[in-house]
Amino acid sequence: MNSMQTSSPLSGVPQTDAKAAPGSGFPAVELSQASVTFGQGDQQVPALSETSLKIADGEFLALVGPSGCGKSTILKLTAGLIRPTSGAVIVGGREVEAKALRIGMAFQNPTMLPWLTIEKNVMMPLKIVRPFRQQFHAKKKTEFRDRVHALLEDVGLKGFANHFPWQLSGGMLQRANLCRALVHEPRLLLLDEPFGALDQFTREELWGTLQDLWLKLRPTVLLVTHDLKEAGYLAERICVMSARPGRILDDSAIELPRPRTIEMTFEPGFVELNQRLRGLIVNARGGVRPSQESRT
Amino acid sequence: MNYAIKRRVSAGALIVSFFLVWEVLCIILGVSDLVLPRPSQVFYTLFTRMNVLWPHMVQTLVTTMIGFALGVAIGVVIGAVIGVSRTAYDTAYPLLIGFSSIPKVAVVPIFVLWFGSGTVPAILTAIVICFFPIVVNIATGLATTEPEQEDVLKALGASKLDILWNVGLPRTMPFFFASLKVAVTYAFVGTVLSETVASNRGIGNVMMTASSNFDVPLVFSGLFILAALGVALYAIFSAIEGRVTGWATRKNEIPA
Repeated sequence: MNSMQTSSPLSGVPQTDAKAAPGSGFPAVELSQASVTFGQGDQQVPALSETSLKIADGEFLALVGPSGCGKSTILKLTAGLIRPTSGAVIVGGREVEAKALRIGMAFQNPTMLPWLTIEKNVMMPLKIVRPFRQQFHAKKKTEFRDRVHALLEDVGLKGFANHFPWQLSGGMLQRANLCRALVHEPRLLLLDEPFGALDQFTREELWGTLQDLWLKLRPTVLLVTHDLKEAGYLAERICVMSARPGRILDDSAIELPRPRTIEMTFEPGFVELNQRLRGLIVNARGGVRPSQESRT
Repeated sequence: MNYAIKRRVSAGALIVSFFLVWEVLCIILGVSDLVLPRPSQVFYTLFTRMNVLWPHMVQTLVTTMIGFALGVAIGVVIGAVIGVSRTAYDTAYPLLIGFSSIPKVAVVPIFVLWFGSGTVPAILTAIVICFFPIVVNIATGLATTEPEQEDVLKALGASKLDILWNVGLPRTMPFFFASLKVAVTYAFVGTVLSETVASNRGIGNVMMTASSNFDVPLVFSGLFILAALGVALYAIFSAIEGRVTGWATRKNEIPA
């Protein structure tokens, strides 16, 4: 494991979160010997072996691995949705419960609230998260609405603000989902296979959208995916996880210039990396190729 | 909106033809007034004796609405508690089921014993008969909230109250309104039940007195009033439901 620790300078980005300002020396996320076991007694299922992982402030980290390996568990730990059975999860220099970093989150399933319009769905984090929630009913509301509309326009959803979720296609919902994860300018963005259910072309288009937004806002990103091309295109660093109970097998930096293009993913260096990671994951699944699996 | 008109016309046509068939059958078979009055006689009685019936109608309506409002309030609170907490659900459900299984006719004498005859037992009967469907529906709505929808807010650091307010309650609205429509008709049943047993006011009492005087058209007038009030209240809640929870019945609509 060659854990690389680069603190990325964030020039020109307004520091909206004083508690964990970029460059404060803390890694944005730090898991130390964190393990997770679900269930109790005889029915215990280990989901995550003792794992240590650091994500530098402003870094884009992708987590790949076979299905059921605990990728989402790490994400949920970081979001504070579950507690580690042992070990510690530090976000923004404090225990995860302290919510020291503003978190934005998007799941594979867009989970828009069906009774709200897209605009109101995207606005939801502003209604919940400090310091916006105190301003929500004041005159800031118009300002918030403008911000939502600007974001929606960025992802190509102009004119859909007053539609209800059921009036939008899967790809459009996923765009709105990204907007909702970003609207409160989170310092930590957690993405759980957000493009998993989309077709190839929509997915590639949204990679570009996400990259643009990341370059613009520079949050720390933890992306869970099973798509190696996606990981390589978006991330600065890729961690490969073993099969359940998961642990981190490999940690590689991706040194491609930004902004990246889809064409880059066809270049030899990229393909080579892709194949190396693929090999690791195949091994992690038990080293059995599907063809052999069916024979035995 | 062509469909809506069609629906109304066909529903109206069915009601009119129901009365027509009733009227015609009574005439053909020569049914006595004392057994089954013709609808025309009932409407005539309604019209001519409205001045007598009116105060009773107001009494029944007010009693029902008070009982219904209290029943809803109690139902929402109990439903919210057992819907949010799994422990409360498991603990309270057997008792609630037992309570709701008691025939409410049997409860009226107890209320009369405690509070004397009149409006109070009628309100109480309306409450006990109408709160249960609300409890069940609120509890179901809250208990079946999708964890993913909650996680979206939890990750943002939302409190339990935030989640209840922004996800739990809106999600429960369709369940709530479905139960309101049932509960409001139940509340009528409760009020009239109590009025027939122990009251000297209200439609239930009018019907009771009229039947002991063999004034059968007046008995039926009471029935018609109750049916009309029931339909009116159902329609009101149905209309509110359509406005508040339109998102849940979108399949009837054409996407804009």
